[in-house]
Amino acid sequence: MSANIPDFSLPGSQPRITAFLTDSTLCIGCKACEVACKEWNGVAEDGLNWSGFSYDNTGAVSASTWRHVKFVEDEPQPGFGGAAGEVNSWSFSSDVCKHCEQAGCLEACPTGSIVRTEFGGVYVQPDVCNGCSYCVVSCPFGVIQKNDSDGRAFKCTFCYDRQKAGLPPACAKACPTESIKFGELNELRLVAQERVQELHRRGVHDAQVYDPQQTSVEGIHAFFLVRGDPRTYNLPPQPEVPTIYLKAAWRAAAFGSAALLAGSLLAFFASPRGSARPKSSSRRHRR
Amino acid sequence: MSAEALPPESAPSPHRASEARLLQLRRQAETRGRVEGVGVHPPGAPFPKASPDAGYYGIPMLKEPQWKWEVPLYFFVGGAAGSAAVIGAMASWIGRDPELRRSARLVAASGGLISTGLLVADLGRPARFLNMLRVFKKQSAMSLGAWTLAGFSTFSGATAFAELVAEHFDFAPIRVLGHISEAFSAALGLPFHNYTGVLIGATAIPVWNRNITMLPIHFGMSGLNSAVAILELLGHDSPALNLLGIGASGFETYEGLHLEQRPEAALEPLKHGLSGWITRLGGVFSGPVPLGLRLAAQISRSRRMRRAACWSAIAGSLLTRYGWMQAGKASARDWRLPLEISPSAPQTADLQSKSQVPQVRGLKTA
Repeated sequence: MSANIPDFSLPGSQPRITAFLTDSTLCIGCKACEVACKEWNGVAEDGLNWSGFSYDNTGAVSASTWRHVKFVEDEPQPGFGGAAGEVNSWSFSSDVCKHCEQAGCLEACPTGSIVRTEFGGVYVQPDVCNGCSYCVVSCPFGVIQKNDSDGRAFKCTFCYDRQKAGLPPACAKACPTESIKFGELNELRLVAQERVQELHRRGVHDAQVYDPQQTSVEGIHAFFLVRGDPRTYNLPPQPEVPTIYLKAAWRAAAFGSAALLAGSLLAFFASPRGSARPKSSSRRHRR
Repeated sequence: MSAEALPPESAPSPHRASEARLLQLRRQAETRGRVEGVGVHPPGAPFPKASPDAGYYGIPMLKEPQWKWEVPLYFFVGGAAGSAAVIGAMASWIGRDPELRRSARLVAASGGLISTGLLVADLGRPARFLNMLRVFKKQSAMSLGAWTLAGFSTFSGATAFAELVAEHFDFAPIRVLGHISEAFSAALGLPFHNYTGVLIGATAIPVWNRNITMLPIHFGMSGLNSAVAILELLGHDSPALNLLGIGASGFETYEGLHLEQRPEAALEPLKHGLSGWITRLGGVFSGPVPLGLRLAAQISRSRRMRRAACWSAIAGSLLTRYGWMQAGKASARDWRLPLEISPSAPQTADLQSKSQVPQVRGLKTA
């Protein structure tokens, strides 16, 4: 299969909505995507400490890790993960910002720093971000994070600069096995379905696509092909964009404000008018 | 073989024991070509796994709120200032109590100023606050809150300015300015005193969004309780203030009891651990303690009891804000909630004590 490189550099061509398909059945855990991302985007090194869990040394996506390879290490399973039954079965999956259709971070951003690009990605403009860190608590996938030493929030940019120049994102370019596929959103969704069907035909019955289109997130622009329960990969079954809570919250706030207004009206009407003279000498006398 | 040297004495003993056993195994392997018996039981074993029941090695999926001490304090100050503006307007229009009006106007204005200062401190640089005012987004509680704060501190400041100027030069325009800006300040004080409940409620943090219909009212009443307390401590013993104090602490008592009775797993941070202690202590100091003291003061006419009720309400309101912030952090660390995994699975804290789960790592940037 050829690399899906859309050509946006043609004059007059309409930018297309792009997406990532990250296929864990093809990932070899080489972390080339992590390295390419850091190299291209100039993301700081953030420690080479082993997590103690398999060969993962980054733990999770964060302000300084925009691609993160998950190492899911299973019990030895004869027939999987190598020729010998004693060899652990391993799956790898490269995690990234999901670029949600309804993005919690984008909705929450009070400065308009987080925008939707012409490619459908969710992009943080670093010159506008003021570091309020409200996006951090609004992301249902725990992706975006404030860099404490810098004071602003960072996450995957979907290589907006490269896409502008008609290039695929650095991670997809560097991936040696085409586990990270990049292409047009709807085309890639079809590619994912075809791949799942092919895997099912080949006996990998637990292969499935993680793309929560039925939730308030309404689908993601970086979907994942995983084997088995997506929760193994820290992918939530029911991610919700926090704006769904707003209606109930503002209704409660209006009720609370009405209670304050009515309460203070009542309290002052019920009490005798005029300045009550102080009983205590501790009162500060004025004029 | 230099590897035969045992780890230094300072190393923890399980580590030493397993190293000694490994040494034994290596010797056996060298001399006999095979080893016998069990191997080592490394400290921290059994290690968490990546599975549908344990998530990804129990590493939290959500990010912890990154707000520091400024933001809960901002919640407290904002709640008190917003409520004080409303009380001031009522004292001015209905109560005809110029002394109380003066104090309430000054408390509201100082609260507006301190709130702005705290928000700037949270952002890092004053210029960053201006970025909040480049757009108006109704779907962002932070944006609406920033605009409310900007309006509230302007109008409460103008009201206090009019009050202070009128003391020396009492002429009509300044009194008109006072009344107009007071109306705006009270109108904005209404959302300002409880929007912070919306702010944290409409997020992805489970313990916050599960309490979405209660948080704005809870935070508002907490703000009213502290505003009443501050005004009473400034020397006002208006019966209206006492009534408001009884109402607010009565509501806080009800709220605390209601929270305790809900057995949901998502509310655990409000009941256990450090966050649980802070929230519960905050609840006791906001609700039953001031309520009891105020009612007792009604009977015994003890001014001292009312003062004690005030200090308790202020402490309770502060603790409540810090408690909810801590609870949000604890809730984000609980990896089971967003993955909808049964609460019978071991808690994050247990996993962490066994092995060094990397939390959000410290960033080493230049």
